[in-house]
Amino acid sequence: MPPAVGEGPARFELRPRRGRCGHQVTRAVGPDVAAEAAARSPKRPARGSRRFEAAGRWALLALVTLLSFATRFHRLDEPPHICWDETHFGKMGSYYINRTFFFDVHPPLGKMLIGLAGYLSGYDGTFLFQKPGDKYEHHNYMGMRGFCAFLGSLLVPFAYLIVLELSKSLPAALLTAALLTFDTGCLTLSQYILLDPILMFFIMAAMLSMVKYNSCADRPFSAPWWFWLSLTGINLAGALGVKFVGLFIILQVGWNTISDLWHLFGDLSLSVVTVGKHLTARILCLIVLPLTLYTATYAVHFMVLNKSGPGDGFFSSAFQARLSGNNLHNASIPEHLAYGSVITVKNLRMAIGYLHSHRHLYPEGIGARQQQVTTYLHKDYNNLWIIKKHNTNADPLDPSFPAEFVRHGDIIRLEHKETSRNLHSHYHEAPLTRKHYQVTGYGINGTGDSNDFWRIEVVNRKFGNRIKVLRSRIRLIHLVTGCVLGSSGKVLPKWGWEQLEVTCTPYLKETLNSIWNVEDHINPKLPNISLDVLQPTFPEILLESHMVMIRGNNGLKPKDNEFTSKPWHWPINYQGLRFSGINDTDFRVYLLGNPVVWWLNLSSIVLYLLLGSIFAVAVQRGARLPAEVEGLSQVLLQGGGQLLLGWMLHYFPFFLMGRILYFHHYFPAMLFSSMLTGILWDTLLRLCAWSLASSSLARGVYVVGLLSLLLGTAYSFCLFHPLAYGMVGPLAQDPRSPMAGLRWLESWDF
Amino acid sequence: MLGFLKRPVVVTADINLNVVALTAMGLLSRLWQMGPRAVVFDEVYYGQYISFYMKRIFFLDGSGPPFGHMLLALGGYLGGFDGNFLWNRIGAEYSSNVPVWSLRLLPALTGALSVPMAYQILLELGFSHCAAMGAALLMLIENALITQSRLMLLESVLIFFNLLAVLSYLKFSNSQKQRPFSLSWWFWLMLTGVACSCAVGVKYVGVFTYLLVLAVASVHAWHLIGDRTLSHVGAAVERGARPSRVGRDRSPISRQIRVLCHLLARAAALLVVPALMYLLFFYVHLILVYRSGPHDQIMSSAFQASLEGGLARITQGQPLEVAYGSQVTLKNVFGKPVPCWLHSHQSTYPMIYENGRGSSHQQQVTCYPFKDVNNWWIVKDPGRHQLVVGSPPRPVRHGDVVQLVHGMTTRFLNTHDVAAPLSPHSQEVSCYVDYNISMPSQNLWRLDIVNRESDADVWKTILSEVRLVHVNTSAVLKLSGAHLPDWGFRQLEVVGEKLSRGYHESMVWNVEEHRYGKSQEQKERELELHSPAQMDFSRNLSFMARFLELQWRMLTVKSDGSEHKYSSSPLDWVTLDTSIAYWLHPRTSAQIHLLGNVVIWASASLATVVYALLFFWYLLRRRRGLRDLPEDSWLRWVLAGALCAGGWAVNYLPFFVMEKTLFLYHYLPALTFQILLLPVVLQHVSDHLCRSPPLRSLFSALVVAWYSCACHVFITLRPLTYGDKSLSPSELKALRWKDSWDILIRKY
Repeated sequence: MPPAVGEGPARFELRPRRGRCGHQVTRAVGPDVAAEAAARSPKRPARGSRRFEAAGRWALLALVTLLSFATRFHRLDEPPHICWDETHFGKMGSYYINRTFFFDVHPPLGKMLIGLAGYLSGYDGTFLFQKPGDKYEHHNYMGMRGFCAFLGSLLVPFAYLIVLELSKSLPAALLTAALLTFDTGCLTLSQYILLDPILMFFIMAAMLSMVKYNSCADRPFSAPWWFWLSLTGINLAGALGVKFVGLFIILQVGWNTISDLWHLFGDLSLSVVTVGKHLTARILCLIVLPLTLYTATYAVHFMVLNKSGPGDGFFSSAFQARLSGNNLHNASIPEHLAYGSVITVKNLRMAIGYLHSHRHLYPEGIGARQQQVTTYLHKDYNNLWIIKKHNTNADPLDPSFPAEFVRHGDIIRLEHKETSRNLHSHYHEAPLTRKHYQVTGYGINGTGDSNDFWRIEVVNRKFGNRIKVLRSRIRLIHLVTGCVLGSSGKVLPKWGWEQLEVTCTPYLKETLNSIWNVEDHINPKLPNISLDVLQPTFPEILLESHMVMIRGNNGLKPKDNEFTSKPWHWPINYQGLRFSGINDTDFRVYLLGNPVVWWLNLSSIVLYLLLGSIFAVAVQRGARLPAEVEGLSQVLLQGGGQLLLGWMLHYFPFFLMGRILYFHHYFPAMLFSSMLTGILWDTLLRLCAWSLASSSLARGVYVVGLLSLLLGTAYSFCLFHPLAYGMVGPLAQDPRSPMAGLRWLESWDF
Repeated sequence: MLGFLKRPVVVTADINLNVVALTAMGLLSRLWQMGPRAVVFDEVYYGQYISFYMKRIFFLDGSGPPFGHMLLALGGYLGGFDGNFLWNRIGAEYSSNVPVWSLRLLPALTGALSVPMAYQILLELGFSHCAAMGAALLMLIENALITQSRLMLLESVLIFFNLLAVLSYLKFSNSQKQRPFSLSWWFWLMLTGVACSCAVGVKYVGVFTYLLVLAVASVHAWHLIGDRTLSHVGAAVERGARPSRVGRDRSPISRQIRVLCHLLARAAALLVVPALMYLLFFYVHLILVYRSGPHDQIMSSAFQASLEGGLARITQGQPLEVAYGSQVTLKNVFGKPVPCWLHSHQSTYPMIYENGRGSSHQQQVTCYPFKDVNNWWIVKDPGRHQLVVGSPPRPVRHGDVVQLVHGMTTRFLNTHDVAAPLSPHSQEVSCYVDYNISMPSQNLWRLDIVNRESDADVWKTILSEVRLVHVNTSAVLKLSGAHLPDWGFRQLEVVGEKLSRGYHESMVWNVEEHRYGKSQEQKERELELHSPAQMDFSRNLSFMARFLELQWRMLTVKSDGSEHKYSSSPLDWVTLDTSIAYWLHPRTSAQIHLLGNVVIWASASLATVVYALLFFWYLLRRRRGLRDLPEDSWLRWVLAGALCAGGWAVNYLPFFVMEKTLFLYHYLPALTFQILLLPVVLQHVSDHLCRSPPLRSLFSALVVAWYSCACHVFITLRPLTYGDKSLSPSELKALRWKDSWDILIRKY
């Protein structure tokens, strides 16, 4: 570190700053480029020293990278048990290796990569990943952790390069790299089998390639230009493919592209055709290419996962027919519904599930105290119902009767197979949706009352038609009250086992909530037909899985009376996340940002807004700034502006999200904020130095300021590193603990 | 000095007959016959708050700030309403003591005045009288606006303030060019701020228009900062002729100061004034409703104590400082799902729960939502035996270790490492039964005053919010929010939270009722517990504290987000795919429906699309250096779009992310702005796109034909708007132009 700091200020006096172009040459690829650069700026030192300098830069980059890798891979194997969300993502990696179908609220790319890393490193997918704290024992988990740590380590050099490109200032880049290397939060988050390092890798890679491509703007359609442009697109696809929050970096790149095109469009020296070419190139690389890649990840996802697994019930019947091992796969079932058939009934709205009942009553005070009827996403014997005629209780399966088909408009009774109670509704309010009627299971051994009668109707069909399995969209209308059977999609409290509420809605508005289809169908009297006709097309599967994911995400609601992390907690590092261990005997890992780094970041944002608005107003008032300050203000407003935009895009949308939030959601924003800090402090110190007339004093101020920032960060890391590398022994309240006195906020619980 | 003697005093009145005529027509359309004498739709909702105001009873309504309710109540006050009416059913006949006319007058007046305001706004935007007349006439015959303003509802008031804010901002910015810092300049600037705060005060959605005005004002201010020629008052004319000289005359410093003055004036009028006005609404509100009422329970004990009657009567004169030996009731601060007090009773936890887990079989501790003698606890010093307050009383301070003794059973509040009945991750809390038991008692609690000012703070009745931290396990006493099953009498579960992840209100308690215990003997103590607490002493909350609490509760109170028969989604609004049946005559089929004028809705949406397309077309061409419009008409076009199309967008798009029950009437503010845009687009097409005179006259003819079409629709739908005429079933069927319109047809 120290030698690099020494050379910083020397350069800043020599080199002109500003300009979106040309500076990719400074880390020169070939001698002729360097020569060109040298020719452009007559003040530059001779070629030899340039080359020496370039080598120095490479060495510095290598040093930064090395340090980053060293911190991330240090004690990677500890603790040798499942930490926090590893239980999910490790399990999902195993699913890919075992090729069983599952459901998750995030897109598949991240988990596919984890699975691939595990596969390549010799993990066989047999570990169960049941709950945090389970020991890995002989299972090979280091491949997956190593992969995540590898991507996590790359964040630091990426940030270094981005800041270098935006500010053209080596010290700023170094400061950024130090902040990120020595941040315990980034370090912790990179060391486990999680989606976050992968997501952040793609976000930073997209940002880096965008910045690089911006600096190629003076040579459009050249090879590097195409390279960086398409690389941006690829990384965007990656970011979105890992988590939906990848959308924010897409917005950032989109904004950059639009303003870029707007500039080109206003440049009257370019013909409309050229502008059109520019536009087409961007559409190709930033829209078509990412979309193709994104879709491709799904194609791979569906190709790999071809066995039935825990996620089947979340998807529609047609979808399940694809999965081997599912009872709909290559199945053949009777086509038309008949009396006496045993069926499962599935709601057409995605991720609602099957009509379900079980031997538990509604609790007192909630409607009538009769048997609960819910919807349930998983396959279960309690999902089976028997269709009976409303007026006889004769066993229709009696072989002496011919099979009689159910027709559109018939009055039927649905008997729950396990408990022999009838599907029933009455004028009591439903448990959650107070304006609907309650649906219960009623009667003994199929004998109930007239509130058990339902009219079965096929949507958009004529009376008298037969009802087809899977393909008919049916509605069940309660005869007495005239309401329609539906599911509100709301989760019942604990007494309802957190299944979804079923109601009878008196409003006849047609929504998917009140439309059902018959999925399983057992009737020995009828001939079976094959279900291959149902194979959905790829776009249908794609759409459906997105709907299911969005619903799943919206379903993750925080509960009352629980402490939840709020977005305003995050930048102030209010509270961390326990990755592992609680008691003083456990091996404890606690995800918490290095408070020195985080609070520096926070103050930098405030300072940046202040300084930025002073500069902006000065420019708007037409004040004439000295050349040096002019250059600094350009870097601050343009480079810093992009980073500030990134921070805002990755942070503010969380305030609008209704789903449950966690501390680790802030880390992408934190990366941007650290880069902003690097640029801001570099600029501030330069401004201070510039305002002091004497050059030696100026230099002194600059060097001392920068050094103290770097060393301060490093020292705070020495203090806080046990958070990431693990603590054993007494908790921090205890004076004997290594963390004693470091619990600066009462809300940190380590 | 005596100049006025030399010249005669002349008053010239400048009356725009257009405005007068429009106002008259507006009043006629809105006040005509004034609706049925029965509760119509949401009147049932607003009416109960009016009654609360009349009776001065405190209430809490999460739907909006109190200004709107207060305006409606003003009507009731002027009409001499005593608040005695049971608002429980739509369609119920008003009793004779309800001054229906004066209650409905204010919304009708604001609705009527919106018509001439539309005219004024278009004039101020720089469009012709013809276009301005058009805008006003469209507002006049818009059925939905008429329906909404003829009833005791707040949308028309909101729309009025929205338009007033826009109009006064335009007046202000037009006078900026001529005479900054003149009297009228200040007047309009201030009026902008006031109108904005009134709009926000009527409904929270008014904030969108406020933000729009702020955005336009800040863009203008930014130009002002960049305006290097900005100089002394009235220089506009001069500036046009000799810009450079005027600029040079002034010293740079005074120019900077002038800009600063401009900015400060705007900040004061558009930021400070609205904030103060908003506070004022709450101030008046809290002065008006000072009696306790049915919504008290939601508020904190301190707030309740500040209301007349209710808790104040009980807590009046309690000792302030909790001392060792004090008898207290402890209320949970979070109070969800229901407000409740820490409670215990003789029954024990069942040995084995339904799911097979075991319990400690000790005495239950719950949270109970009703006042009860079993809610009393005694604060005991672990080091001493007596349960009475010594003299002088020894106050309990932050950090002290105490025991809590249940008054009626004399058992100690206890928690231990046994899973709680419904929240197995937390510890069970019980009252320790000291016989026949293997577990030791763990009944020491450390007092943690959350809102302390210093670490030596004393535990205060009502004011202190405390956490009780268990000494042995550092679990925190918490209301889990779950209802216990039958064995727990459906009371709420109380647990010891081990993993206390930061501050949450469900772990915080406050003392509500409090007295110093005097009885040594258990029998006497029981008698004492049964007797009401009394002493005299009064404490008041500051206005800011009450405001903050009330505002916070209003924002967080949960309305049941269930669907309503007439609720709709924002997508249905643009195409008018939904309607709301407001009222049906009890015998005939006369009825009121919220239905828009289809022609106006369709053409307003079309105009928005045309505006957007034309705007982007011009913008792109300007970027390539092709200027189709003269500069001033381009600026006018942009400003009109920013305010009208922008007004539509900010009042419409946010509804897509709102998670509440939405109705068609939520669209009306957005629609108003869209209607203003319509004549703007028409005039633009006629002025700039119809190049030849015959084409222009053809276009005018088309506009006239289109307007008569709109008039025809207005007249056809009129019976449903005014609800004054009973239609036959076949006529009603004929009016059902869309299947989704729920027009009510009686079956005879």
